[in-house]
Amino acid sequence: MIGVRARAALLSAFIFLLSMVVWHMAVHGGGAGGPALDPEYAKLMGVQMAGAKSAMPGPLDVGAKLVEHLRHPFYNNGPNDKGLGLQLLYSIGRVALGYTLALAAALPLGFLIGMSELAYKALDPFIQILKPVSPLAWMPLALYTIKDSGLSAIFVIFICSVWPMLINTAFGVASVRKEWLNVARTLEVGPWRRAITVILPAAAPTILTGMRISVGIAWLVIVAAEMLVGGTGIGYFVWNEWNNLSISNVIVAILMIGLIGMILDQMLARCQRAVTFPE
Amino acid sequence: MADERFISVEGIARRYAVGDHVTTIFEDLWLALPKGAFTCVIGHSGCGKTTVLNILAGLESPSEGAVIVDGHEISGPSLDRAVIFQGHALLPWKTVLGNVAYAVASRWKTASRTEIRDRAQRYIDLVGLRGSEHKRPAELSGGMKQRVGIARALSIEPKILLMDEPFSALDALTRGALQDEARRLCAEAGQTVFMITHDVDEAIYLADRIVLMTNGPGALVAEIVENPLPRDRARDALHHAAAYYPLRNHLIDFLVTRGGAFRDNLPAGYDRRRPPVTTQWPGAPIAPTPMAMATNFATR
Repeated sequence: MIGVRARAALLSAFIFLLSMVVWHMAVHGGGAGGPALDPEYAKLMGVQMAGAKSAMPGPLDVGAKLVEHLRHPFYNNGPNDKGLGLQLLYSIGRVALGYTLALAAALPLGFLIGMSELAYKALDPFIQILKPVSPLAWMPLALYTIKDSGLSAIFVIFICSVWPMLINTAFGVASVRKEWLNVARTLEVGPWRRAITVILPAAAPTILTGMRISVGIAWLVIVAAEMLVGGTGIGYFVWNEWNNLSISNVIVAILMIGLIGMILDQMLARCQRAVTFPE
Repeated sequence: MADERFISVEGIARRYAVGDHVTTIFEDLWLALPKGAFTCVIGHSGCGKTTVLNILAGLESPSEGAVIVDGHEISGPSLDRAVIFQGHALLPWKTVLGNVAYAVASRWKTASRTEIRDRAQRYIDLVGLRGSEHKRPAELSGGMKQRVGIARALSIEPKILLMDEPFSALDALTRGALQDEARRLCAEAGQTVFMITHDVDEAIYLADRIVLMTNGPGALVAEIVENPLPRDRARDALHHAAAYYPLRNHLIDFLVTRGGAFRDNLPAGYDRRRPPVTTQWPGAPIAPTPMAMATNFATR
């Protein structure tokens, strides 16, 4: 008898194959016979369309496209023709920059809010109102004030990833067990040393949870933001390929976005496990 | 005489305000603890024992009055007064060694890594945890965790050791073993100890003096009982000592009946500033002072 793990892997492979087959049959008309192209309509559209299949690619087309992209990920043939890997690197760079800035702002501010009831109560209304705003709603304001589309995209990443980290840091800091703080007090540990040796490790699992949520949101938002600001990045690539009606490229990009998103999440999950302590 | 009032609680009060209503846990509380003595406080829950201990630790401030330790009024927590918490309060992300070393490094800020490590290791050995230095608290049993708590408290060589029901969360066997350990370590170091308990037998076994507190709010120190049992008493022989049952009855009698009514009919000549030190109760050994008893036992 094989283990659950192996059986799950088999089932996954089966689901994958099944969906590929269904996809393939759906695109190529299958046995049921999809809506055949009207010959009159084909004539109207010109000879090159006669007998052509729909613009929706099948799994084999996408697979071929994927191999092509993987073979040359970093080519650069001017603004509208860059390798997929290069576009992903632009996006990852933007996310890394905006996210790091957000972390640098959220950690100290979260500490302050978590440690002081006054700061918490004073800042709470701002956080509550700004948190639910879609990051893209900031875009026009960012474009107007910053006057640079690249920096505006980074700002949008900053503003969307700052809230979960801020709230989780404040919550983690505020809920450090009182007995641990009392230990530090009876040992006459100074405020800085206390923050670093007691509060930070105690709040770290909660902070990492916030960081993990943030990186997920940032990766969601960067695609939309790049569609708006254009130029470079995976979001721009998707929009550009949509304009080229190259659905194969769009699907390849979707796969890559999913893959990178998963890697980012797993990296933070690993950090989270490293700082989590059993009680 | 300074040693007799090594720790001097002078007229402290603790009040909590909830809205307009002020609750007085206790007020005008006086208590002196001699140097090198093991003092236990017993009383019912809510009589303010823990509050008194927290004030001694500096974790809470008295609403009125002051606490003098070794000639200085205390203001906040200090490395001179180590606390063993009821819930052990180890830092779960640090190892056993890390937890003790954290205290040592807080005490000797300029000490080198090896000095800190060696000292921490010495106290871990002292409580019998050699071999478990690199375990995290989650991997230890309740008794072992509390041993780490004891090692951490003793490692900073405090003037006073404050213990808040340190063994109450442990099973009976472990509790017994840890009481033996605590007794041995404190006796060896001549440690001044202030311990809270609600276990009469624990108080009899460990304490030189037992402070009886009445129920709060408005708790009082009713009396201080000098333990007539010899200082080098052994746990297994304890209940054979002639003085044991009368003492135990005296304490339980206080907890069950006398404690409740104490406030309403204070004994004649009761002075809050000098709570009576009792050596006399039904069946108590006649007249001998505890020191004389100890000598008798030693020469026997």
